[in-house]
Amino acid sequence: MKLSKILKNGFLIVVACLALSACATSKKTTGQMQGDVYTGTDTVEYLASGVPDRVFFATNESVLTTASRETLRKQAAWLRKNSKITIVLEGHADERGTREYNLALGERRANAAKDYLMTYGISSDRISVLSYGKERPVDSGSNPLAWSKNRRSVTVKAN
Amino acid sequence: MKNFLITFIIILIPIKSFGLIEVDITRGNLNPLPIAVSPLSIDEDSRKNFQSILKKKNVGSEISLIVENNLRISGLFNPLNKDAFLQAPDIANLKPRFEDWNLIKAQALITGKVSYVDEKLRVEFRLWDVLAGKEMMALAFTTVPNNWRRVGHIITDKVYERLTGEKGYFDTRIIYVAEEGPKTQRVKKLAIMDQDGANNKFLTLGNELVLTPRFNPTSQMVTYLSYFRNLPRVYLLDIETGTQEVVGDFPGMTFAPRFSPDGKKIIMSFAKDGNSEIYTMDLENRIVEKITNHPSIDTSPSYSPDGKFISFNSDRSGYQQIYVMKSDGSNVKRISFGKGIYGTPVWSPRGDLIAFTKLHKGKFYIGVMRTDGSGERLLTENFYQEAPSWSPNGRVLIFYRETKTDSKGKGFSAKLWSIDLTGYNERQVPTPTDGSDPSWSSLLSN
Repeated sequence: MKLSKILKNGFLIVVACLALSACATSKKTTGQMQGDVYTGTDTVEYLASGVPDRVFFATNESVLTTASRETLRKQAAWLRKNSKITIVLEGHADERGTREYNLALGERRANAAKDYLMTYGISSDRISVLSYGKERPVDSGSNPLAWSKNRRSVTVKAN
Repeated sequence: MKNFLITFIIILIPIKSFGLIEVDITRGNLNPLPIAVSPLSIDEDSRKNFQSILKKKNVGSEISLIVENNLRISGLFNPLNKDAFLQAPDIANLKPRFEDWNLIKAQALITGKVSYVDEKLRVEFRLWDVLAGKEMMALAFTTVPNNWRRVGHIITDKVYERLTGEKGYFDTRIIYVAEEGPKTQRVKKLAIMDQDGANNKFLTLGNELVLTPRFNPTSQMVTYLSYFRNLPRVYLLDIETGTQEVVGDFPGMTFAPRFSPDGKKIIMSFAKDGNSEIYTMDLENRIVEKITNHPSIDTSPSYSPDGKFISFNSDRSGYQQIYVMKSDGSNVKRISFGKGIYGTPVWSPRGDLIAFTKLHKGKFYIGVMRTDGSGERLLTENFYQEAPSWSPNGRVLIFYRETKTDSKGKGFSAKLWSIDLTGYNERQVPTPTDGSDPSWSSLLSN
């Protein structure tokens, strides 16, 4: 009994630490962002029930977060079940970069998602990649939250 | 668009060099030279002929207004109010009464005459040094009446060159991307206009996204990025004929195109598997060469004017920086070492400077540095601006600026701006719609 209490308290402490460290790494945690990666669902659409269509990135980054990998695993499972579906991965950047670099960055982000889908058995024949750079923001705001929603790779059904 | 490259026949060039007034353009000019632009005189028959052809009441006055506006925009001259002019235009062109022009503080005077000869427009003009009481230049040329605006630009170029010792940049055009619609769904079209914003024409319909048009420095060809059929590829467009073709046969996105200085090659990025490399394609024999080879993003290439070097943008150090290499891709050297990240390097047509965009602490700057990276100088700071393009004489930069939207995401706009290399004379370039990605042409008449 005592032990479980201690464990419980310990767990709470760990949770508190996580919350604090999250605060420490990002000055503004709005509840919709972790670091500067968007974690909300405002703009997210669904390819199927429980299969979100997009993943988000940190500024200038194309590294997939834990949450992004989870989303992509769901997409991979859905694609395995629906083997005739082909997709386009549309890579995007926020407005705080030069147009040409952002085109390259969008391509890099979409390819990060593509590579991950491929490691879960999705053939590259079913995936094409299209970078829009900063040309197609979903949020027209000029603030960190809007930018975080715009740094994304969106999986779109192609057929 | 046709008859564009009508040759201007320069008939008389009786230049006597007196070493008279001079305008120094190497420093910010806080005391623009007071200049009087007398309306070009015109005889009544010619006036009526041009009125019926051009629907302009007095083409002589119109041309002088173009000259006046150009001189004012340059920031180096202060065109004086015509109301104060005492001498009639036709007499002034024969022999200015210098004491009258002196009285209104004019230091230089432009006079001239327009006439209708064999269905053509004939112009003669003179530049006078008022203080010395001497003629500095006299030129005459003939062209088709429809070219009347260009006549004003050419006069300005000649005056600018005579007074500053450097080529002008007024008989030039700007190609850019015209933008309309909400920020999340911008409709973009290629557009072209004269350097002063006149004669704006849209070259595409807006059905597909188009970006980053750039002039061939030697002809009326343009290279740009189009999302035709959702395949972002570099295209070539002949402005005279409207013919378009895709450049090369790349299995993925090509972007960030520019011409080599001789106009024979296109240099661009090709993105594949998350890696962007720089390639060239020879437009004659279609040979493609890979120039960079690095797992980072390599983009925004720009040749030096002698074609021997290429500046480009890479994030191989972890962040975007500017690099210079030999045109075969060897000898890659990073040249930007200041605080912040750097992009869009563009080599000056004079060869001595590289213009760039810099992002530092949330602000965007347009700046210049020497080609070894030394002497960095920031010309202008703003919420967002990028993509400088040089005037053909390397004295002015045109770029675009975007506004910050409000808390509701409203109030977005994109506009073209220009600034002198000195950091002075910043001004908005008028466009009928929003605009971005400007590229400055070479001088049309030379």
